Amino acid sequence: MTEAREFEKIPVTVLTGYLGAGKTTLLNRILSEPHGKRYAVVVNEFGEIGIDNELVIGADEEVFEMNNGCICCTVRGDLIRIIEGLMKRKGRFDAIIVETTGLADPAPVAQTFFVDEDVQKSARLDAVVTVADAKWLAHRLRDAPEAKNQIAFADVIIINKTDLVTPAELREVEARIRAINPYASLHRATKCDVGIADVLERRAFDLDRILDIEPDFLAAEEHDHDHDHDHDHDHAHHHDHGHIHHGLKHYHDEDMQSVSVLLDGDVDPAKFMPWINRVTQEQGPNILRCKGVVAMKDDPRRFVFQGVHMMLDGDSQREWKPGEKRESKVVFIGRKLEAEDIRMGFLACAA
Amino acid sequence: MTDAQGTTSLAEHVRVFDAGAEVVAAAFLDAAPALALADGGVLIGEPGEQKRLEAHPDAAILVAAVEGRTFLTGGDDGRVVATGADGTAQAIAEEKGRWIDALAIRGSAFAWSAGKQVSARDETGSIRNWTSPSSVRGLAFQPKGFRLAATHYNGVALWFPKFEGPPQTLEWKGAHLDATFSPDGRFLVTSMQENALHGWRLADSRNMRMTGYPGKTRSLSWSHDGAWLATSGADAAVVWPFKDKDGPMGKAPRECGVREARVTRVAFHPRALVVAIGYADGLVLLIRLADAAEILIRRPGGGPVSALAWNGDGARLLIGLESGEAGLLDLPG
Repeated sequence: MTEAREFEKIPVTVLTGYLGAGKTTLLNRILSEPHGKRYAVVVNEFGEIGIDNELVIGADEEVFEMNNGCICCTVRGDLIRIIEGLMKRKGRFDAIIVETTGLADPAPVAQTFFVDEDVQKSARLDAVVTVADAKWLAHRLRDAPEAKNQIAFADVIIINKTDLVTPAELREVEARIRAINPYASLHRATKCDVGIADVLERRAFDLDRILDIEPDFLAAEEHDHDHDHDHDHDHAHHHDHGHIHHGLKHYHDEDMQSVSVLLDGDVDPAKFMPWINRVTQEQGPNILRCKGVVAMKDDPRRFVFQGVHMMLDGDSQREWKPGEKRESKVVFIGRKLEAEDIRMGFLACAA
Repeated sequence: MTDAQGTTSLAEHVRVFDAGAEVVAAAFLDAAPALALADGGVLIGEPGEQKRLEAHPDAAILVAAVEGRTFLTGGDDGRVVATGADGTAQAIAEEKGRWIDALAIRGSAFAWSAGKQVSARDETGSIRNWTSPSSVRGLAFQPKGFRLAATHYNGVALWFPKFEGPPQTLEWKGAHLDATFSPDGRFLVTSMQENALHGWRLADSRNMRMTGYPGKTRSLSWSHDGAWLATSGADAAVVWPFKDKDGPMGKAPRECGVREARVTRVAFHPRALVVAIGYADGLVLLIRLADAAEILIRRPGGGPVSALAWNGDGARLLIGLESGEAGLLDLPG
């Protein structure tokens, strides 16, 4: 019943990327594919023109602070209005694509889907897709906090204009991206020539799909697992240097990190729930994204959660499969995270 | 008439019909029932004899306002259209490439907003514009004088379109949506993004906070005597007392028709202290304020009630649903 209703919600894909990275190229690429779908496209009214689509809506990126005592709780007021209006055309389009300006913070867009009840009823955030310029991203990560936010926030990252860089430079930019966000799916492209399935219908914010759609998430977990248990070496204390590990060059961004913790076994819900609430309350302004899959003591089902800044969404999902290892893992991506505090705090939730 | 639960029912007196698309607003133009539809059409006439006008061809009607003989609709085609009781439609404005977000009407004066731009057209047809600091979601004419309230982020502007100079701003943090003046013009009330209402006593700009809603309030209706304001957004119609000089300050509202379903529309009867309440599950009730007596008008089913309107003497109630189902009640006797 719930699933059937969920299915009817209009998927919303958010396209971000720094100025000139190729957002509009990607948008036109999506729209020109013979997919037979009808898209409503929301563009910044001061943005580039030349989008060939029937339904294009100009947005003005009005970010509203919510008076709910949460300092980082902001929403896109214009998006709430636009989605409300688009629902009057229900059945006349299949999905919504929101293109943000190059300087936009993706958080207010994502938070709109957590905060606004009417938006939640009719639409669901599918994924945040970030287009990065292979040649210039490394520079932008140094001088533009917006660019870093967009990488950290992404579910899907398209490294565009790869024809303008050498293979070594490309590996370098990938390593820089991975230092900030090891969990997004990465695609190399020239002129944004990626498959439409890599960008749309990702269901990146669906709790029951959080792990299934992200092979890199699992791979990264294993990598981290090695670190925690074999090398006992903490990433967060190393700053902006590269080293070779498993044949890949690793960078550590001074400002933005990801912290992932694996707990071998169950957690005690009486410890975990207050802990996750406390962490997101205390470090919420610095946490861009968090997610996790947790084995709750005496619960046959997997507890899955995700969050944006201080906002959390969690639910019990499918049962642990027979023979599946009951383990608990959490991932945080953010700015100046207190990694050790998160790590120790989560491990202390063990049942 | 009484159904199995002992509730008086007039459900059998409702003539049900298919409006063909989501009902955005309902009205009576003189005596003629009229529905503004999400597919851009306006349906006028008695059930079975309706005439459909393509007020916004190939577009969607987003907002509507009504007074007397005129149904004003605003669409995502940027058009503002005035439909008369005789079935004629007149284009009032066309904001190319924009959406009409809010409307207001008083007599033959109209106002509309598209994004930050607010426009007011007086009886002579002269149009003035004002640019708000942020998008305008709600407009209301003050009951007396040619003055317009326009809601925006962190406040409401009170604008005299005929005078130069900046409007007066009533500030209150947060995003304001719909606006309504009390019939006597003493109070201005807005609904907010934060599941609350905010009010101002205009004489001294004193603030009134009306909170506790689980959802957004998008339907507001004053009683004929101006003493009560019925509101949607909770699992009952929340009815605030405005009779005293302090309005609802320090007073608890009445909760009418408490059910396990969200109230989506409210409409006070034009002559009696009776409020029509529509819920998210399709149920429609009439409730008498004096003794909370209930009359069932429509049984649950079919999705949210999206429009309710009384005719001038209160003998007929027009009902519209998001699903496109509609009904016309003729009160017996």
